[in-house]
Amino acid sequence: MSEVILEVKDLATEFDTEQGVARALDDISFEVKAGETLGIVGESGCGKSVTALSILRLLPKPAGNIVSGEVIFKGQDLIRLPADDMHNIRGNRIAMIFQEPMTALNPVYRISRQLNETLALHNPEMNKAEINEASINMLKRVGIPAPERRMKEYPHQLSGGMRQRVMIAIALLCKPEILIADEPTTALDVTIQAQILQLLKDLQKETGMAIIFITHDLGVIAELCDRVVVMYGGRIIEQADILTLFDKPRHPYTRGLLNAIPRLDKSSKEVLSTIPGMVPSLFDFLPGCRFQNRCDYVQEQCTQDIPVLESDSDGHQVRCFRFRELLS
Amino acid sequence: MTLLKVEDLKMHFPVYGGVLYRQVATVFAVDGVSFSVEAGKTMGLVGESGCGKSTIGRALLRLYEPTSGRVSFEDKDITHLKGRKLRDLRSDMQMIFQDPFESLNPRHTIGDILQEPYIIHHQGKPAERRQEVLKLLDRVGMPADSIHKYPHEFSGGQRQRIGIARAIALKPKLIICDEPVSALDVSIQSQILNLLIELQQEMGMAYMFIAHDLSVIKHVSDQIAVMYLGRIVEIADSETLYANPQHPYTRALISSIPEPDPRKRKNFTALKGEVPSPMNPPSHCHFVDRCPYSQPLCSEKTPLLTVKGTNENHRVACHFALN
Repeated sequence: MSEVILEVKDLATEFDTEQGVARALDDISFEVKAGETLGIVGESGCGKSVTALSILRLLPKPAGNIVSGEVIFKGQDLIRLPADDMHNIRGNRIAMIFQEPMTALNPVYRISRQLNETLALHNPEMNKAEINEASINMLKRVGIPAPERRMKEYPHQLSGGMRQRVMIAIALLCKPEILIADEPTTALDVTIQAQILQLLKDLQKETGMAIIFITHDLGVIAELCDRVVVMYGGRIIEQADILTLFDKPRHPYTRGLLNAIPRLDKSSKEVLSTIPGMVPSLFDFLPGCRFQNRCDYVQEQCTQDIPVLESDSDGHQVRCFRFRELLS
Repeated sequence: MTLLKVEDLKMHFPVYGGVLYRQVATVFAVDGVSFSVEAGKTMGLVGESGCGKSTIGRALLRLYEPTSGRVSFEDKDITHLKGRKLRDLRSDMQMIFQDPFESLNPRHTIGDILQEPYIIHHQGKPAERRQEVLKLLDRVGMPADSIHKYPHEFSGGQRQRIGIARAIALKPKLIICDEPVSALDVSIQSQILNLLIELQQEMGMAYMFIAHDLSVIKHVSDQIAVMYLGRIVEIADSETLYANPQHPYTRALISSIPEPDPRKRKNFTALKGEVPSPMNPPSHCHFVDRCPYSQPLCSEKTPLLTVKGTNENHRVACHFALN
């Protein structure tokens, strides 16, 4: 068993808005082991991106606040770390790539500057020539043809796939121990997505970094991850290793989600099973279980008490009062 | 029965530039496409961004003026219809858009939005229209009090239901669905797909379903056309296309889809490089630069969409298909 390098404990995050305080994350706990890929899956507004931003303390200020919990990275609690120390970790030992590579890259700087800046910041001992060479090598490694020429270009001169490769190159420059990837392929075409997923797999094999992969696409999760956290309404509702989750999903939401995807190997025009209703907004969470109004198995207890995340001996966790009955 | 027939449709857009603002280039968005849609059936059009699938949808509805080619609807040539005749035609051809946030007027109530098709086509008196609108809302699973609300009060999935209600209001014979579910969450996507399939079974209209997601296309379509850079590269009924894809691009597209099954992990090595610009496509076979099987012939002669095997509804545009 490899060591745990990141441990998130009881994390809760709130947003102060004009409509009142919204609790975007509640009771979030999970671990990331060295070298593994942890998937976080859920629909819009479930808190998966806020989880990533909370870990790196990149929440929009002053609205977003971590109200409780710990994020332990190699023995240090990131939440309580002084800002200077956090700078040394962010982008250096824990790096992040974003969904929209056009907005994440600065449009008025050349690619070279955006890469070199990261290296210069975290490696003051390197000189300019070394930095430039390291950047070019990194572009080569993420599969960008003619990297010397690309270094001199601006983001708008690159295609979406190329920009995402540049983002990955920037993230990997400082050899991070953890890479947080927030929907990195959602804006890309499927053949380009396949290239990027393959690249991430290959790079992980080479560097041994851990990846936290955030997506709404269960296909991508199945392709890439070792373990999966399923989120709904700002809470973790199920957590298991990848085979267990797809073979024996326990939470009614996870089951519904898995059955709702159209699959290539099913026959056409078959009625898809659906989850009735819609994804709740941060402001109208109900007391008790947050999935109650869309759940086929709701009973009185679900509307009053919050179910706890129960774990069995294999580490399969589920947050549902009735999952034992539903198993039989 | 053939409802819509498209023959050699071309849609080229000029690009202007330079000091004198002259035409400096042409975008070959759709470059010679032929297919037909059967009444009551679904034709799926799949391809990656920039392949021209949405342009075809818009050209069929005559939101764009096609550069050349012929479109016929119920055996009538509609390529150059104008004025009232064009408007009358549109009551038979409707569209559902990708973005339910931008396709509904934010300053109109849902009632106004849904009455508009009846007003434009002079159908019914105000009280009758209101009754029709209530029926429509009920049909797409929306509460009756939505009639007084505004689009911003609804979620993406609900807005897409409203978009569908508007499209079916005039009982059209063909609906062009341009990426109707790609902006929606997975659990909502399946609700909308089910609704579209139910409505088709009830009302018997044909769909032209445009999407980039092959699993969605396969789920709803009877026939599928795969597009690449302005051309159809393969067309077949949906089971055949999936079970026996012949064009190297179709194969690559299918093998690039991550399947929700951790036991079927793939090695994504199928396709290198990116789609070339439609301003400057490769001459002859458009896929030649990315094709793992390309031969000198591919850059010398344009492959035509032809029957290669025993199934005469399965056509493919590749010199070396089946080999």
